[in-house]
Amino acid sequence: MSDHTVTSLAAALKNGDASSRELTSDYLKRIERAEPTLNSFISVTAEQALAGADAADKARAEGRGGYLTGVPLALKDNFCTQGVKTTCGSKMLDNFIAPYSATLVEKLDAAGSISLGKTNMDEFAMGSSSESSFYGAIKNPWDLSAVPGGSSGGSAAAVAAGLVPAAMGTDTGGSIRQPAAFCGITGLKPTYGRVSRYGIIAYASSLDQAGPMARTAEDCAHLMTAIAGHDARDSTSADRAVPDYAGELDAPLAGLKIGLPQEYFGDGLDPEVESAVRDAVKVFEALGATVRDVSLPHTRYATSAYYVIAPAEASSNLSRFDGVRFGHRCDTPDDLLDLYQRSRAEGFGDEVKRRILIGTHTLSEGFFDAYYTKAQRVRRLIRQDFLDAYNEVDVLMGPTSPTPAFNLGAQKDPLSMYLQDIYTIAVNLAGIPAISVPAGLSNGRPVGLQILGSHFAEAQLLNVAHRFQQATDWHQQRPAFAKEIV
Amino acid sequence: MALEQTHVRRAAHLARLDVSDDQASDFVDDLSQILAMVDQLQSVDTEGVDPLYHPLDATQRLRADEVTEADQRERFQRCAPAVEDGLYLVPRVVE
Repeated sequence: MSDHTVTSLAAALKNGDASSRELTSDYLKRIERAEPTLNSFISVTAEQALAGADAADKARAEGRGGYLTGVPLALKDNFCTQGVKTTCGSKMLDNFIAPYSATLVEKLDAAGSISLGKTNMDEFAMGSSSESSFYGAIKNPWDLSAVPGGSSGGSAAAVAAGLVPAAMGTDTGGSIRQPAAFCGITGLKPTYGRVSRYGIIAYASSLDQAGPMARTAEDCAHLMTAIAGHDARDSTSADRAVPDYAGELDAPLAGLKIGLPQEYFGDGLDPEVESAVRDAVKVFEALGATVRDVSLPHTRYATSAYYVIAPAEASSNLSRFDGVRFGHRCDTPDDLLDLYQRSRAEGFGDEVKRRILIGTHTLSEGFFDAYYTKAQRVRRLIRQDFLDAYNEVDVLMGPTSPTPAFNLGAQKDPLSMYLQDIYTIAVNLAGIPAISVPAGLSNGRPVGLQILGSHFAEAQLLNVAHRFQQATDWHQQRPAFAKEIV
Repeated sequence: MALEQTHVRRAAHLARLDVSDDQASDFVDDLSQILAMVDQLQSVDTEGVDPLYHPLDATQRLRADEVTEADQRERFQRCAPAVEDGLYLVPRVVE
């Protein structure tokens, strides 16, 4: 099972070589065997999944159903899923049964895919290691002493271990791409507004974006076709046509202009990661692409701008958790203020509190202009760097993360954790799409190549990534852990 | 801009977050480190640069002022900690 892709399963279902019930049962068994070790799921929805699988098989038998009908997958636990516990990795929402579904969940349901459950994650998607979850840390199937990355660490670990062929993630500062890199899978962060945010528990609303995590770019293309598109319920949703992502996968790369941002190859980059990325670039040259150095001079300020803007938006978004309408409520409050203060103190973990406090402080009277307005000005400069670069080249390439997966417990203070995201954060500030693809191994831990595109260039990114995967086999490598689960 | 305990206390109050004295001093240390990194922004020349609040520079879309949602109060209150007669219950606010 661990060798299957969305594409191979869709073909097997279409040809009648497998039923959705068989596939769903097999994956549920793998989840049952692997989970005591990995902890990649918060909820497994076996009963609903098997009922959905039977409905999918019936639809196929009657000649209905589309490409994804009957294909199992998983959802990060920040997608509201009607009737299913949706926790966002937090004690605050440990008792929250979502009364409605996110648009992305509705679209996948309409496409006929089967959700096997909700994956573990950093609390409120704030983290780069998945260690801040109320439900405990997740292990990386490539090396059980390593983190899977974060915040979509459960989705990445589950796909890498072959517990599902694909999973949905969200990315606010790298939370799809960095865990994809750490777990040796493919993860696409689409353009801001390309996928609806309706029903996704908000972290930082001007940065959040959902996207697919799977083994291959081809799988991501099929999943993007299902989830992308305008949604009137998300006021920042992009109102433009969805291209045929799968149809453009095979376009030749001759003449493709690749830029290497010199700021992505500086101090702090692990030498083995650098050499894997440079080897990957040579593969593209062999495919007919041309390569040149470019500069994104404001890159060094991206982390600083992000840690003003994201916590500011988070402090506002998370004010809704007040112990009144949903979520955790403290026992025997003295008065309304006590109810708010203790419910929030008990429901949120330390990293969430840290970001609420930073955001509240930087937005408060006397600090707003120096921090928030300044960060938004720098944000425009960061975006302009990309717009200038895309006048010269088609795509940019570099490492997804400065190192391979680090060990559990290795990042001792918040700041060293934040600096793990130096190559992913600018993408969210600029709103552009980027994809991480497997490009090597360093001491048995995967290395990710990041490919960055211009706004709404997802089809091109998937094409470029797919051609790379036709020429290499890094995406076909499997961790021993995945092979050992029978 | 050095961060002091009073700043953390003020932010905690504004954010309605109960923070003990021990926690407040830990947060002062953590937040000071983070704000020291953030202060690098001050060295960027942003003269004449407009703030970018939305990555696509989009403006708020308007829709027709029509009722599109049905009343689903009961369903949405099912996840509330305490309700009665369709109302959310909280401790007494006015004596």
